[in-house]
Amino acid sequence: MSRSRTERLVNLVICLLSTRRFLTAAQIAATVPGYEHDPDDPRDHEAFQRKFERDKAELRELGVPLETGTASAFDTEPGYRIAHREYALPEIPLEPDEAAAVGIAARLWRHAGLAAAASSGLAKLRAGGIDVDPRATLDVEPVVTVDPAFAPLTAAARERRTVTFDYRAPEHDAPASRRLQPWGVVCWRGRWYVVGHDLDREAPRCFRLSRIVGGAVRPVGRPGAFEPPADVDLISHVAAWSGPVERSGRATVLVRPGRAAGLRRWAREVTSGPDGDRLVLAYADAESLAGRLVGYGPDVRVLDPPEVREAVIQRLKEIVARHDEVVAARLSA
Amino acid sequence: MTRPAQRSGGSRASADRLGRLLNLVPYLLARPGIALAEAAADLGVTERQLREDLELLWVCGLPGYGPGDLIDMAFDGDRVTITYDAGIDRPLRLTPDEALALVVALRMLAETPGVANRDAVERALAKIENAAGEHADAPVAVRLPGDSERVEALRGAVRRRRALRITYYTATRDETTERIVDPIRVSIIDGHAYLEAWCRRAESVRMFRADRIDALVELDEPAAPPPQAELPDLSDGIFRPSADLPLVTLRVGRSARWITEYYPCERVEPDPDATGATGREWLVSLRVTDLDWARRFVLGLGPEVTVVSPPDLVEQVRDRAAAALDAYAVPPAGAASH
Repeated sequence: MSRSRTERLVNLVICLLSTRRFLTAAQIAATVPGYEHDPDDPRDHEAFQRKFERDKAELRELGVPLETGTASAFDTEPGYRIAHREYALPEIPLEPDEAAAVGIAARLWRHAGLAAAASSGLAKLRAGGIDVDPRATLDVEPVVTVDPAFAPLTAAARERRTVTFDYRAPEHDAPASRRLQPWGVVCWRGRWYVVGHDLDREAPRCFRLSRIVGGAVRPVGRPGAFEPPADVDLISHVAAWSGPVERSGRATVLVRPGRAAGLRRWAREVTSGPDGDRLVLAYADAESLAGRLVGYGPDVRVLDPPEVREAVIQRLKEIVARHDEVVAARLSA
Repeated sequence: MTRPAQRSGGSRASADRLGRLLNLVPYLLARPGIALAEAAADLGVTERQLREDLELLWVCGLPGYGPGDLIDMAFDGDRVTITYDAGIDRPLRLTPDEALALVVALRMLAETPGVANRDAVERALAKIENAAGEHADAPVAVRLPGDSERVEALRGAVRRRRALRITYYTATRDETTERIVDPIRVSIIDGHAYLEAWCRRAESVRMFRADRIDALVELDEPAAPPPQAELPDLSDGIFRPSADLPLVTLRVGRSARWITEYYPCERVEPDPDATGATGREWLVSLRVTDLDWARRFVLGLGPEVTVVSPPDLVEQVRDRAAAALDAYAVPPAGAASH
């Protein structure tokens, strides 16, 4: 890509920033170097128009706020200008420690697209006169990874566009297509979720980004298609979906001396006895506690309550039966 | 960020250069008399590239393009001062993607347990959100769990370069041990805080998950990680199973399929032979650091998971379950004394 094109674009920006009147394409061509052509030669004129369209697209892609309008009621041709107020980054009075924090934030992303966006944002702050110490650290810095669906979902939430995606929950055999009005994306306990209104279920739903097949999110319909509920608390939606439950149950288990360290550090009470240590454990759900206890095999025996004891015994019986089948199948093979 | 892949390399380079040039004038305007070498280093370009950019800007300016219209600059040795900016006195506004990347990263930092100078992070966030205007309303919320006090204590030890005595629970071996470590760094990965340190017991660099450090004492001796202590590259995550670890194959029922999302699996496929009571079963293969851990893991998952191989593990799981079951067959000795 040529130096002359970059030069032409810089001049175009300066020209449109300096004008209050909307300038038509013809006026721009007569002013900005690089657009010289013969308007009466159809092929030459068409080449100019293509070039001008490409240049406008390039400026818009860069984020230059190109305004269109007409200079007066008599004009039929659209004109262009750039309002300095819309173009310019406002003054950001960052203190040195604040600037250092922004510099650190810009380094967090492990996602190529976000890393590039963060560093070009930082370059603008520097150009705005802010000095960023590149050596500053906060002693502890998170390594932030995001799923591929992050960028399209945040864009759709920002634009308030409905999206569809294929969602694979492990308990289902095939991915299901979902339609969602995304309200926002949440990072919760190191995992990413999208929260929104599920158009098929007619209710708010959370989806895990890592389960979106191929990270492929397709916007459908136009921007501004919905309005998220006022003061929606995205975190609480995810927390309610995957969050902690109250551990109101109490179980007592007998643990062999020196064993089941993982259970001990989690116990509410530990009392030593001749036959081992008695641990009191708080639990919410007998089945999931049973699963945890079974992991320790004969090192842990449930004394109370019966619902946990029975759940453990039932699990052990089934595990023995299933593995007996595997052994039998191998011996007969 | 939304569609970088669609551009050709040449066009991308041109857009990058245009963005850089539009930044360059206000950058220099804010730093009159800056040395070219310093500016180049700060902007991440070579000094030669910077000179080429300045040469290009020198022939740009306001319509008329006469001596008073063009961007002008004064050189004093290798120092440069912009004397006329032709109207590009400020950088462009942040794009929505730039605002999102900075705002969300600052929210992450503000949420990170034990982060130093959280106050500065929050002030910076408020100012960036203010400058980003309508784009600041990034539809992204962040909540990172963690014990701030614990992470703060670890961070303090790193900063003061002090050795630590820690009581650490090793989940893979289900044991709690005391060890002396030489702290090197604190990291937050996938929502968990870790202390990376030289472990004098293991004589290597280890990662200690902050929520598994049950007690810690800062010692009165300096941290002295040996020169061969090398930090692992964490950019691909923490556990990268290597091919020399034992491979375990499990038959997994529907309700236990979630394990494939939490553990790196080498193979996941529907089991061609079996149809369990709860529906289609999967064959899942994963590498484990330790067969004892695998035994606890499989037993804990319950009847929805059966070991297929290795045969040793099949027998161990079966025998452990049978032994546990035997203990329930006799009345507990403790119960008799009641």
